[in-house]
Amino acid sequence: MHPIFRNTATLSAYMGLWTILAAALAALMRIPGDLNWSQALSISVPLCLLYAFVCLTPWYICRALPLGSAQVTRLLINQLAAAVLACTLWIGAARLLAFTMDLGPRLNPAVPQLVVLGLLLYLMSVALHYALLAVEASREAAVQTRDAELRALKSQINPHFLFNCLNSISALTSSDPVRARDMCVLLSDFLRKTLGLGERASISWREELELARTYLEVEQVRFGARLKVEMQVDDGCADCQVPPLVLQPLIENAIKHGIATMVEGGTIRLEGHIEDGRLAVRVENSFDPEAPSPRRHGLGLRNVRDRLRTRFGDAAHLHLAAEHDRFSAEMVFPCHKTIS
Amino acid sequence: MKLRAIIVDDEELARQILREYLDKAGEVEIVAECANGFEAVKAVGELRPDLLFLDIQMPKLDGFEVLELIDPPVAVIFVTAYDQYALKAFDAAAVDYLLKPFSTDRLAKALERARALLSDPQPRALQASDLAAAARPPGQMLERVVVKDGTRVNIIPIAKLDYVEAQDDYIALHSEKKHYLKQQTISSIEAQLDPARFARVHRSYIVNLERIARIEPYTKDSRVAVLQDGSQLPVSRSGYTKLKELLGENI
Repeated sequence: MHPIFRNTATLSAYMGLWTILAAALAALMRIPGDLNWSQALSISVPLCLLYAFVCLTPWYICRALPLGSAQVTRLLINQLAAAVLACTLWIGAARLLAFTMDLGPRLNPAVPQLVVLGLLLYLMSVALHYALLAVEASREAAVQTRDAELRALKSQINPHFLFNCLNSISALTSSDPVRARDMCVLLSDFLRKTLGLGERASISWREELELARTYLEVEQVRFGARLKVEMQVDDGCADCQVPPLVLQPLIENAIKHGIATMVEGGTIRLEGHIEDGRLAVRVENSFDPEAPSPRRHGLGLRNVRDRLRTRFGDAAHLHLAAEHDRFSAEMVFPCHKTIS
Repeated sequence: MKLRAIIVDDEELARQILREYLDKAGEVEIVAECANGFEAVKAVGELRPDLLFLDIQMPKLDGFEVLELIDPPVAVIFVTAYDQYALKAFDAAAVDYLLKPFSTDRLAKALERARALLSDPQPRALQASDLAAAARPPGQMLERVVVKDGTRVNIIPIAKLDYVEAQDDYIALHSEKKHYLKQQTISSIEAQLDPARFARVHRSYIVNLERIARIEPYTKDSRVAVLQDGSQLPVSRSGYTKLKELLGENI
């Protein structure tokens, strides 16, 4: 349904506007001098009330032919054809009204003005509808941003990770109590760091990296010699402000779909550096291309992509590539040094 | 009598705690420990254990695929951290499942159930392959089929599967001029295959649509599908209707 019908206030405001237009139209029709006020009004008021509804129809055409994505010529032809059609209806209705009141010939001198006005009003309504659609789209984008952030925060602690950790601790308590205690401390560190992130829009790359390091240390206990980590991160990146937990899913993915699929394990390589004022992060890992298909594939990575897009638009990208037995995720986004 | 058990988990620490608990319980002898699905299938075939402790997410073959490839009567206890889909399947057929981390009491209960099941000679209601189908998340189609050939495990990616043929209680999976027998019903594998890529063209045949070269008339009422490698499969009338829908009129 057209959004104008969603509440009575906007509908009455809209109809009020058309009543004023009806008065203006009556004044215009009087200029040639063949009609008096009451005659002009008796034509213009019903005419404008009718046209008020005709001018709501662009809503459907505008939605079908959005600016930017629809072909320009196709858009112009369609909208102009609709305008001509609407205007024909407008003139036809005006003539019919005049005819029923025996004013037919007296309307004739005002017809050229009526044609121009009918076209203009319709095209103005087309423009207004495009503006309306733009407002709706931006409102929707805001909702999507919030959703993506919420999803990211909800998934910050993967239950699978947590329970596996607790199982490792449980195993270590009898065989190696010191390591069990170390792991408790590491896990607590990680949980404490992630807990406060909900209220913050950005954290420094230093903090994000620290979080990833703690996470990897915890996983190191689980996977032992199967997990090898290489890091090459420039110090220059440290103060870049990044969305919290933007790196975390990449690391998690490298473990779950990479290291965990290999009997002998493998290496996760993390690189970070500044490139033309942008932070470029690359996470590379080995994986078994013939591993059983994962059950929940790519949800974390899709979340990262959504968050980067809503935050940075076209200035950021996430590029994934699988080649033989190496998988890489490369993420590039603007590096702002102060909290935005 | 001591139960003979195999532990399958890719994490050393996870195997370690199970070993420790079982040693303490005293009624179970661990005959092997495996770190991946291939080893597990091989060990079960060679050692014929009574009991299998099976993790789900593992390299090579996952827990469900292992379950498909081993022969009864092995009682399986799943040991996993968290898997919402798996839980559904456990209810259907596994002896029990242990959620990591678990207590010695909980393990004792699982062992009790395993003993009860092993002493009861009734066959299991569900076949392992059907159980694996039930465990698959809705909407997710099979991406590969696992088949055991003696002690060898063959993995057939779906893209390389030409057609499936029903043979009594078995299905024959034809792939690259070879065929593999598997104990599963044709209806159950039909439900696991992507209906946009595979069609049941006959009571006994499912075909990979990409392999069809042409359809030829056979008798008044029936047709044959000729595959790219020259194989000919019978096509029933309803099978032909299905093919027309999927491939268009000009087949």
